[in-house]
Amino acid sequence: MDTSPPEPRLSALYQELILDHYRRPRNKGALEGATHSVSLNNPLCGDEIDLQLRVADAVIRDVRFIGRGCSISQASASMMTQLLKDRTVPQALALAARMSAMMQGDESAAKDKALGDLRALAGVSKFPVRIKCALLPWNALTDAVKS
Amino acid sequence: MLDAARLRADFPLLERQENGRRLVYLDNAATTQKPAAVLNAIADYYRTTNANVHRGAYSLAIRATEAYEAARAKLGGFVNAWAPEGVVFTRGTTEAINLVAGSYGRAHVGRGDTVVVTALDHHSNLVPWQILCQEKGATLRMVEITEDGRIDLSDFGTALERRPKIVAFPYVSNALGTVNPTAQLTRLAHAVGAAVVVDGAQSTPHVKVDLQALDCDFYALSGHKMLAPMGSGALVAKPELLEAMPPYHGGGEMISRVFDDHSTYNKIPHKFEAGTPNVEGAVGLAAAIDYLSAIGLERIAEHEQALAQAAIDQLTQIDGVTVYGPRGHRAGVVSFTYGDIHPHDIATILDQDGVCIRAGHHCTQPLMRRLNVPATARASFYIYNDLDDVAALAGSLVKAGALFGYVPA
Repeated sequence: MDTSPPEPRLSALYQELILDHYRRPRNKGALEGATHSVSLNNPLCGDEIDLQLRVADAVIRDVRFIGRGCSISQASASMMTQLLKDRTVPQALALAARMSAMMQGDESAAKDKALGDLRALAGVSKFPVRIKCALLPWNALTDAVKS
Repeated sequence: MLDAARLRADFPLLERQENGRRLVYLDNAATTQKPAAVLNAIADYYRTTNANVHRGAYSLAIRATEAYEAARAKLGGFVNAWAPEGVVFTRGTTEAINLVAGSYGRAHVGRGDTVVVTALDHHSNLVPWQILCQEKGATLRMVEITEDGRIDLSDFGTALERRPKIVAFPYVSNALGTVNPTAQLTRLAHAVGAAVVVDGAQSTPHVKVDLQALDCDFYALSGHKMLAPMGSGALVAKPELLEAMPPYHGGGEMISRVFDDHSTYNKIPHKFEAGTPNVEGAVGLAAAIDYLSAIGLERIAEHEQALAQAAIDQLTQIDGVTVYGPRGHRAGVVSFTYGDIHPHDIATILDQDGVCIRAGHHCTQPLMRRLNVPATARASFYIYNDLDDVAALAGSLVKAGALFGYVPA
């Protein structure tokens, strides 16, 4: 049996912080008084995100999500919700753009403190088929605030 | 067991490395790799025989037609079809089932009728029936499965009390490897007057198929799951049923005489083969049948069974792994989950070791709901896999466990 240690790209992908968000998601559950809600799924692997926002005066007052899927999609959703509270809609969209840049391999984005815990997901950029997983909640956010 | 290492040498793609590791291809239920014999048959066809079939009056076109019709006869013999004209070439299983639903189904199913499917069915043997039932105002009745992933015979019997017009089920489950008692299910369905449609996508490559003994009415298969090219496949049916069925696709080849406002149709099977067919696919399929027949389907089934059993034995030793499906007889398909590690994460981790498995719902979302999982990881074996591949799967899975904080067994 092959018992060599997992290669570094995998260790970078499945960091402790990601598994922590996967297993103990923040802001999970239905949001009372949501003004915006969008459900997206990734048919390839069945990831599902139902993102709910309460927006007033173009400010995200609260955000929660319901979802299931792989560690990358669910951790990304949990991390995202941590960042969004009390952001204006343009600020939220700017974060989405930063996240997308990090997924394209942009190293300055990967070091941008504005992305908070999400920086732990920088390793996903090395796994092209998984980028969709990480961006699923962000696409839901973009859809929600533009609706 | 088969000499898999020797067979592997026949498959150019399997000599490749993946992520710097020996390629361990365990996604054979999705599609199989192709031996040089099949690749060469396709190339030879284009180098020596290519012309449009059933049209030209010149020697080349006659040779192309002969090659195409010889492939039909060979496939008919391979599954013990009722007659060569009962073999309709299609793009694969999906198109074959859509043909039955769109032609036989539309002609025989009406408002208030019932079509029976099972919770084991692939979407390709479910969605065409959903569309038909919605169009006709008919009822679709899904037969439940037992806890170990077999068709629930008692519920099957209850469903038959509705005297369905059509009963559809898979010979072998693509998600769980269950081998269904197809002859028995067919007898029961015939006893209430139903036509029986069998999804043979997973059985044709893996078990010796004898359609005359099974006595089903329609049987759908895919070439690409049995070493042949993608886009090859067939509907094999009782000729008298095909004779009576309205055409499915209209166009060239399927007609006899075309008037301004109507047409008469060609004889079967050509009535159902509108347009220029996939001749290279048929020729490749014939070469694949020769390759498989030389090994012997009984030996192939034994080999897969041994690999599946070894995989089940090794995976169930890993604490936290759950294997789905029947414990006894099954085809070479092993679906599993590992603790709370999502199957997609498992597939990514295994890929780094060159181990290719499938993660997802396997086009069986109703089944996944009944297993109460969003998805499973699935390893599926074929002739070129061996016990080293099973060990590579288990070893890589232990690594996945370590990454997610599970203590290896």
